[in-house]
Amino acid sequence: MNKTKNRSYFRRLSRYYLWFTACLGLFLVALTILENEGMPRQWIGHLYMFATIVLYAIIGVVARTSNVSEYYVAGRRVPALFNGMATAADWISAASFISLAGTLYLHGFDALAYVMGWTGGYCLVALLIAPYLRKFAQYTVPDFLAARYGGSEGTGGGDRGNVVRALAVSATIIVSFTYVVAQIYAVGLIASRFTGVDFSVGIFLGLASILVCSFLGGMRAITWTQVAQYIIILVAFSIPTVWLSMKFAGNPVPQVAYGSVLPKLAQREAQLAFDPREQEVRARFQAKADEFSARLAALPQSWEAGRIEAQRRLDAARARNASLGEVRNAERELMAYPRTAEEAARAWTEQRAANLARAQPPEPHAEPFPGATREESDQRRNNFLALVFCLMFGTAALPHILMRAYTTPSVHETRVSVFWTLFFILLIYLTMPALAVLAKYDIYTALVGTGYDKLPTWVSYWANVDKANPLISIADINGDGIVQLAEIAIDGDVLTLATPEIGGLPYVISGLVAAGGLAAALSTADGLLLAISNALSHDIYFKMVDPGASTQKRVTISKLLLLAVAFIAAYVASQKPADILSLVGAAFSLAGSTLFPALVAGVFWKRANHQGAIAGMLAGFLVCVYYMLHTNPILGGSAESAWFHIAPISAGVFGVPAGLAVLAVVSLLTPAPSRESVGLVEHIRAPEEI
Amino acid sequence: MPTDSVPPFPPPSRERILAARAAHWSRARKLVLVLLGLWLATGFGTVFFARDLAHLSVFGWPLSFYLAAQGASLIYLAIIGAYAWRMRLLDRAYLRMLKDGT
Repeated sequence: MNKTKNRSYFRRLSRYYLWFTACLGLFLVALTILENEGMPRQWIGHLYMFATIVLYAIIGVVARTSNVSEYYVAGRRVPALFNGMATAADWISAASFISLAGTLYLHGFDALAYVMGWTGGYCLVALLIAPYLRKFAQYTVPDFLAARYGGSEGTGGGDRGNVVRALAVSATIIVSFTYVVAQIYAVGLIASRFTGVDFSVGIFLGLASILVCSFLGGMRAITWTQVAQYIIILVAFSIPTVWLSMKFAGNPVPQVAYGSVLPKLAQREAQLAFDPREQEVRARFQAKADEFSARLAALPQSWEAGRIEAQRRLDAARARNASLGEVRNAERELMAYPRTAEEAARAWTEQRAANLARAQPPEPHAEPFPGATREESDQRRNNFLALVFCLMFGTAALPHILMRAYTTPSVHETRVSVFWTLFFILLIYLTMPALAVLAKYDIYTALVGTGYDKLPTWVSYWANVDKANPLISIADINGDGIVQLAEIAIDGDVLTLATPEIGGLPYVISGLVAAGGLAAALSTADGLLLAISNALSHDIYFKMVDPGASTQKRVTISKLLLLAVAFIAAYVASQKPADILSLVGAAFSLAGSTLFPALVAGVFWKRANHQGAIAGMLAGFLVCVYYMLHTNPILGGSAESAWFHIAPISAGVFGVPAGLAVLAVVSLLTPAPSRESVGLVEHIRAPEEI
Repeated sequence: MPTDSVPPFPPPSRERILAARAAHWSRARKLVLVLLGLWLATGFGTVFFARDLAHLSVFGWPLSFYLAAQGASLIYLAIIGAYAWRMRLLDRAYLRMLKDGT
């Protein structure tokens, strides 16, 4: 009976979402007609933004709930396919949707580490963690760790469990908070770029839609919104890519088509590497870099001389009554001049590096680990491996992804749901490298070599969108009136956003891509905020502060905390914290080092005990943080002190083994875990009896 | 602890349940081990030998680029699919064992 009920539920859901997709199609057609009738671009942007936000709000209102099980785990009746779709939307963050194609464009083979790492992580989720969490059938990740490593009574864990619980909650919050700030920041960026509203207004608009949805309906509302968001993401990403693929390879399946474009791209790269005009531009950048080297070598005298020179220019401009603009320029130059010799050293090193980077010929896109020497090439390979490793273990320990293992009707459905998750992620991720290659080919052949008087409109449009931090800038460095590759500086973000225009599609599609980016950011932010507020309300408040709280009170507290966390995150994002944003990649290493060893040992090693888990989590976390502080220049470390030349983002490559080793050693040195813990392990290992 | 739903046949003896569980777990563990080996070989092999595989080409792609961009991910998907399928079979075998002890 249960089975037929599930099936009819599944059919009903499928019908709803098919209707939804059809409506989305109609909406696109209507907008295309309106654009042809002359509707201005800005209106289209506004329409997309409001239509999608209203849509998410409606789903939130329809799916509102204050039932504990519905609020925390969507009533555990989300069919595998839809759970997979929702997890995919949860997973595809603003960074994946907007920046990954650009990263692939800029870094070629090296960037494939992200594709491999982020997909391979799901093997670990499926094989080692998700099914067992579902069998455990509680609400959060800290729940599992506390019950497994506390072991005084039942699932509660008691006081001993609370130490583990507190550690797991802290890890959840640290990891999810950096991540959610980046999502909200992306919402602000997309909104301000496409609708022209102020950055902070964009943030609060996005916040409103996140809140209506997760505040009213918790996991249940989020799940159904995320499925809709995934459909928008998929449509938004496929239309322009399929179009580009038709245009350059005559084949509508980009994943297959770009194989034929790759050799042509390689040919073009080789040609550009030896083009005399390109070499001329590169020589100019080299000269500038050399100039900075000379100045750096002559510090601190060169700093003193530069300051006096800037002051002199300002005085001279004032003395000869130069135009206001000239005086202003000279003033600005003096203002921007480094205040101390140390500051000058830092600024000039950065500028030297930037110029040096632009003086290099393009690296062949498809060649693995190019390097001047074998050793350099080996270092790049090792870093690639380390990054893949960290991204995999990080994926397998991200609380907002693992939380979704609780929402399916059975353990079997959880296993199938991870399959669907990766399937839906791959629909996007396998297209990313294709998009990067196709766009690169277009830019290398169509844009490079045109005259500056005939620049395509998308270039000037995107160059002016964000004045402070231009997404694309082209300047005629050698003054020959023709675009050279070395004269183009591209920010990775522009690639996905500008693809429709690069391919010559109408603005409606650009708006759709922006809506897709918004959906990606909002869906991930939804999941993360829920992970944080559940950790606070369920694990801290209900399990540790007030275990006697009524279910009504628990849900209310959870909603209030969600509101508070959302506002704090939005406030932090509105400050544009560069340091937090650059640390998002590090969240993977942190999550992997802290949570992964305890989670896996919790299922697969009965002997792992309370002391071992605490020591393992602390050791993983500390090793990871120590390595980052030690080697990341932003955090005051230096790249020279890296171990085996491994980049700070891959700190998990030391953190995960350290966590595992310490967990094992401490567990073996301390008494075996209690009978309850062992019983729990046996329970979650046992198959379902349905 | 959550209650498992009642099995639709007379409850088997405790020894039989334990034996069936142990058999199920040892098979499941073996499956996980094999698939993890495949997972590791895919990721490590693709990256470690990327330079040696770059000269071979499949349908226009250099092999190493294809593996990193699509091949490895598709193998990962296959691993998860195989796991879900095999575990389903193991779960059914477990139920059979409970019922008739074979």
